[in-house]
Amino acid sequence: MRKILVGVKRVVDYNVRVRVKPDGSGVITDGVKMSVNPFDEIALEEALRIKERGEAAEVIAVSVGPDDAQQQLRTALAMGADRAILVKTAELVEPLTAARVLLKVVEKEQPELVIVGKQAIDDDAAQTAPMLAALWDRPQATFCSKIEIQGGSARVTREVDAGLETIEVDLPAVFSADLRLNEPRYVKLPDIMKAKKKPLDVIELGSLGLSAEPGLKPVLTEPPKPRSKGVMVKDVAELVDALKKKGLVS
Amino acid sequence: MSKILVIAEHDGKKLNQATARCVTCARQIPGGAVTVAVFAADPAAVAAQAAQLAGVQEVVTVAAAHNANALAAVLAPQVVALAADYSHVLAASTAFGKDLLPRVAALLGVPQISDAMSVEGAHKFKRPTYAGNAIVTLEAPADRKLVATVRSASFEAAAGGGSAPVRAVTLAAAVPSHTRFVSISAATSDRPDLASAPKVVSGGRALASKENFDLIFKLAEKMGAAVGASRAAVDAGYAPNELQVGQTGKIIAPELYVAIGISGAIQHLTGIKDAKTIVAINKDAEAPIFEVADLGLVGDLFQIIPELEKALAK
Ligand SMILES: Cc1cc2nc3c(=O)[nH]c(=O)nc-3n(C[C@H](O)[C@H](O)[C@H](O)COP(=O)(O)OP(=O)(O)OC[C@H]3O[C@@H](n4cnc5c(N)ncnc54)[C@H](O)[C@@H]3O)c2cc1C
Repeated sequence: MRKILVGVKRVVDYNVRVRVKPDGSGVITDGVKMSVNPFDEIALEEALRIKERGEAAEVIAVSVGPDDAQQQLRTALAMGADRAILVKTAELVEPLTAARVLLKVVEKEQPELVIVGKQAIDDDAAQTAPMLAALWDRPQATFCSKIEIQGGSARVTREVDAGLETIEVDLPAVFSADLRLNEPRYVKLPDIMKAKKKPLDVIELGSLGLSAEPGLKPVLTEPPKPRSKGVMVKDVAELVDALKKKGLVS
Repeated sequence: MSKILVIAEHDGKKLNQATARCVTCARQIPGGAVTVAVFAADPAAVAAQAAQLAGVQEVVTVAAAHNANALAAVLAPQVVALAADYSHVLAASTAFGKDLLPRVAALLGVPQISDAMSVEGAHKFKRPTYAGNAIVTLEAPADRKLVATVRSASFEAAAGGGSAPVRAVTLAAAVPSHTRFVSISAATSDRPDLASAPKVVSGGRALASKENFDLIFKLAEKMGAAVGASRAAVDAGYAPNELQVGQTGKIIAPELYVAIGISGAIQHLTGIKDAKTIVAINKDAEAPIFEVADLGLVGDLFQIIPELEKALAK
């Protein structure tokens, strides 16, 4: 296959304890550490492994987001992506918008495979892969934990609620990466230097004839209700007593 | 008036309890009439179960050989065809619903609300973001179809006792052949189902081996509980993937959740926030799991589990 496209979203790092803005207009992102969405790292790692097995010629990282998402695309280039494309917008990007943008890039680049993370850890929406597959009218395999390319098709194992499901899809197709698909590589310093010379195109979202205006209006963002403070018990006997009182064990 | 279509989830024989929870959400939508759609090779048994859910006005069935296994690419065009007469399309936010509904939404050209956790109006819902650390109220345009997945842990299952009529429909939608089901390896066990069990005992990295993780299975059996696991325990191969609890595993709301040797990372906590009683057993008194626990016990699990089994046997 010639090309694999990988979605790379800039998100608040997974170690950050996210706080809601006092005015309820969103969460605090100023001065907060930002990273590549962990599931997108897994998606990229998989694309790189497919390429390294000789089954693909080029891996392209694509981000839809603010100008600063160039940082995350540089990380993707350092990991091994051949080139990167940023479709720039200052708006908050809804999954449907991301899918519409990715479709434009797909139409231009004609990849045989698109891999994205199964969800982004900011909005936790888990929509982009199926939405892109729908708009492209191609197969989808979400929550992948194993991908085998077999010429013009692929056999994919998916993590579903009952266990593991295997499906077969014709290419081109859209896959979404689950946690256990692989373990992403660490980026080494020389790779970061090399990545600076790799091509990174920046296009305005508006220039694609699309708008990033959200279809869903966020009315209010609030912190979750706190759980009431619990008690510490000193031993097993006290624990079992407490559970019995609540009627949870007999 | 809202006409709400709930897509049933099932294994060909049994309706998934997540669908009964989704029906409860659908019933809370103001002015809503609830229809459950069953896509299957032979929908009769599942349709009969759906018809019994309280508050369901009608069950529609779409019988076709290509519906024998739930493939999103095959189901989506059929759901879109059926959705023409409805204002809302809902499904549980399970692996099934998360796979299917965004495909439906995109075909309809509308955004989707994922993991609806409360109904604030016919087109207004709350949903968790950032692993449950920020709750967002979203308003969808009232003049478009609304597509949403429903967070099962936020709604009780609809009661039984109903007797909705069942209507078979034939759809003209063309279905693709580019996606083919091969197999499913589902762990068959007589243990309670993690997603719906009233009691859950979970083990973490501290169990340190697959053999030791048996301690969790045995304790769970004694308590009549389902088994869960942290991501670390699943990644290490101590427990199968379908037992992972958390942001990227199952989100559950049991009466009792017992976390053993689990530190309480935010990604894990988001999966258990709605549990009624959380018990934490951990040797580190500073472990974040104690911040959410109703009952905490500091100590070595390898001592505590046998003691607990003994105390429960009395
Ligand atoms: C994108 C992303 C998604 C994730 N999704 C999930 C998810 O869905 N679910 C999930 O669980 N995690 C998830 N994680 C991982 C999460 O961040 C934690 O790494 C994970 O939950 C840790 O698992 P643990 O608590 O078992 O292990 P640790 O954090 O290593 O905790 C082990 C605990 O056991 C205690 N302990 C050790 N020995 C003993 C003993 N003998 N007796 C008693 N206690 C003992 C220790 O004090 C410690 O608190 C995700 C991470 C990322 C980045």
